[in-house]
Amino acid sequence: MTAVQTSTIRVRLLLFASYADLVGQESVELVLRAPATVADVVRQARAVLPAGDRIPERPLAAVNLLHGKLDSPVSDGDEVALLPPLAGG
Amino acid sequence: MEHLSHQPVDPASLIAAVQTPERGGIAVFVGVVRDHQAGRTVARLEYSAYEPMAEAECARIVAEAAARWPVSVAMQHRLGALAIGDVAVVVAAASAHRAEAFAACRSVIDAVKRRVPVWKKEFYADGTVAWVDPTDADGRAGGQAGSEGPDSMSSSLLRSGK
Repeated sequence: MTAVQTSTIRVRLLLFASYADLVGQESVELVLRAPATVADVVRQARAVLPAGDRIPERPLAAVNLLHGKLDSPVSDGDEVALLPPLAGG
Repeated sequence: MEHLSHQPVDPASLIAAVQTPERGGIAVFVGVVRDHQAGRTVARLEYSAYEPMAEAECARIVAEAAARWPVSVAMQHRLGALAIGDVAVVVAAASAHRAEAFAACRSVIDAVKRRVPVWKKEFYADGTVAWVDPTDADGRAGGQAGSEGPDSMSSSLLRSGK
């Protein structure tokens, strides 16, 4: 008996500043095949969001309020943020 | 003390927050809104943030400085609409002696610029508006991670006004 495990995860994607302006949304839920990384989130966002391809392929990103990298893992229920170039101070 | 403020930031209150009888040196950095950017006249600006992360990142930066030097550090970043000359950010670092105070103050403001998710939308005197992109010297939108140059500020023009 074999069970084919094709589990999926849901992540909340947040967009800010110029990225939110580019795609016209600040928050969207994405469904991804597990296991997934930030790079998978970026790839899907660029593919499915209106004008998503205007988001850079390698943006700054955060997972659950911590800076992440493209190869950082994402899990079900995570909050992933794509961060335009920071301009505080 | 909250590290993000939608109200005017008063440097004196941050100095008071770190001053104690045993700390003889207080280094303070005050960032104020500048009237020009990449050769253009700035009329006003708006700061926005990923607030939960920005608050947490500021707390981490302050804690890191306190772990590295014998200092007490306070910092606040303003959010919302600011006019020329308004205080945008304040870092106050107090220590027994000045060397540690200066080092911690410099380290904290540099880390704030590098790590805290805050964005600046500038409104220019000619009616145009742009998100500031410190990573891009050519004025295009977007930008790549990890290539920030703090003294190469420029703007990415998003739309032209009247």
